[in-house]
Amino acid sequence: MKIVIIKYNAGNIQSVLFALERIGIEAEVTDDTAKIQQADKVIFPGVGEASSAMQYLKERKLDVVIKGLKQPVFGICLGMQLLCNYSEENDTDCLGIIPVNVKKFQPGLNQTEVFKVPQIGWNNIYDLRSPLFEGVERNSYIYNVHSYYAEDSEYTIAKCNYATEYAAAIKKDNFYGVQFHTEKSAAVGERILKNFIGL
Amino acid sequence: MLTKRIIPCLDIKDGRTVKGTNFVDLRDAGDPVELGSLYAKQGADELVFLDITATVEKRKTLVELVRRIARHVNIPFTVGGGISSVADVNALLENGADKISVNTAAFKNPGLITALSKEFGSQCVVLAIDTKLEDDGEWYVYLNGGRKKTAIKAKDWAKQGVMHGAGEILLTSMNHDGTKQGFAIDITKYMVENLSVPVIASGGGGKMEHFKDIFEKTGVDAALAASIFHFNEISIPDLKDYLKSNNILVRK
Repeated sequence: MKIVIIKYNAGNIQSVLFALERIGIEAEVTDDTAKIQQADKVIFPGVGEASSAMQYLKERKLDVVIKGLKQPVFGICLGMQLLCNYSEENDTDCLGIIPVNVKKFQPGLNQTEVFKVPQIGWNNIYDLRSPLFEGVERNSYIYNVHSYYAEDSEYTIAKCNYATEYAAAIKKDNFYGVQFHTEKSAAVGERILKNFIGL
Repeated sequence: MLTKRIIPCLDIKDGRTVKGTNFVDLRDAGDPVELGSLYAKQGADELVFLDITATVEKRKTLVELVRRIARHVNIPFTVGGGISSVADVNALLENGADKISVNTAAFKNPGLITALSKEFGSQCVVLAIDTKLEDDGEWYVYLNGGRKKTAIKAKDWAKQGVMHGAGEILLTSMNHDGTKQGFAIDITKYMVENLSVPVIASGGGGKMEHFKDIFEKTGVDAALAASIFHFNEISIPDLKDYLKSNNILVRK
């Protein structure tokens, strides 16, 4: 099986490679169109800022390549957000593959908690509705670092709550995205990565 | 719900942990990767590696160490110590660090925080502040690992740091550090209530009650400690069980 990680100007690619290595999976990091198109599975990671990432993808026509993919695609964090329609981060039109908008967390209070932005740390996921979460218990903890989130919608396959209930994971057709960092979420994250590879 | 984080801190010199440990089951207690992996298995939420290597030449080994950590440790980690440029940070992040922490260099040049947060996002820029309560009742910023006093108050510098783009504050009370008498409640509480970003409390954690206190009394997001974990005076699983039984939300 050929696994490809899309190379672009967003960090944490090395972390994803290492996480795959820990579960015994080899992957190639590339921005080569043919290699991406011919891969069995495509991982689209990302830590960074939406507008500069989109600009980078467009300049290299990777936006068109990603939109045309038919094999399972896995967006992580910014990668997930870029699969969506639109992000409030610097008013960015994203790839528009999954018709969901990405909004910014508002710092604030409720009765019991102070909400800081970014959300940094371990939170629980629930309403797990995909083979992506096979063997993952409800309310498992996953690691998050983000200021923006995808709104809950019919494309939600896992939920999380931080000041508001939002989509921790989304899916449409062959495109999957998770907001949290599977590559840093200990055994749970490794299980989800393994599940994706096994789809 | 977001859980409170427990963060062991490992001091690194020339690629080795400095303080030694009491873990009998480690093959090499001085190996940061082995110790970090053990903490990850025990349920640590994050790790901080603080490089105190003196010479620039030897600091190059840090990047190789970061790469080894990232390969073997499956939880997030922050790297700090002597970071003073975008290029430094780029090398660390590219090799798998999740966050970096800046201290003295950022104080001398706050533009560094801005540059780093623009380039890599504020979520990976931790501003470390070493602070000491003086006789006048104010907390002042100290630099160079606590050796050099400044005339700037920690409260002001923290707010400025966040304005410049810091995504998290690592607050160490020098009055409490090493005492094992508990964390600094007042200044931590002030930071939590007045900053829009997460705060990590550091310095003084000696008993499990101290962790409960700092979370309960300040709402702080994370607590960091070093030697009590290294010498197994408090085990992370025990600490988490204890916090959980006291209704503090932790990842188990």
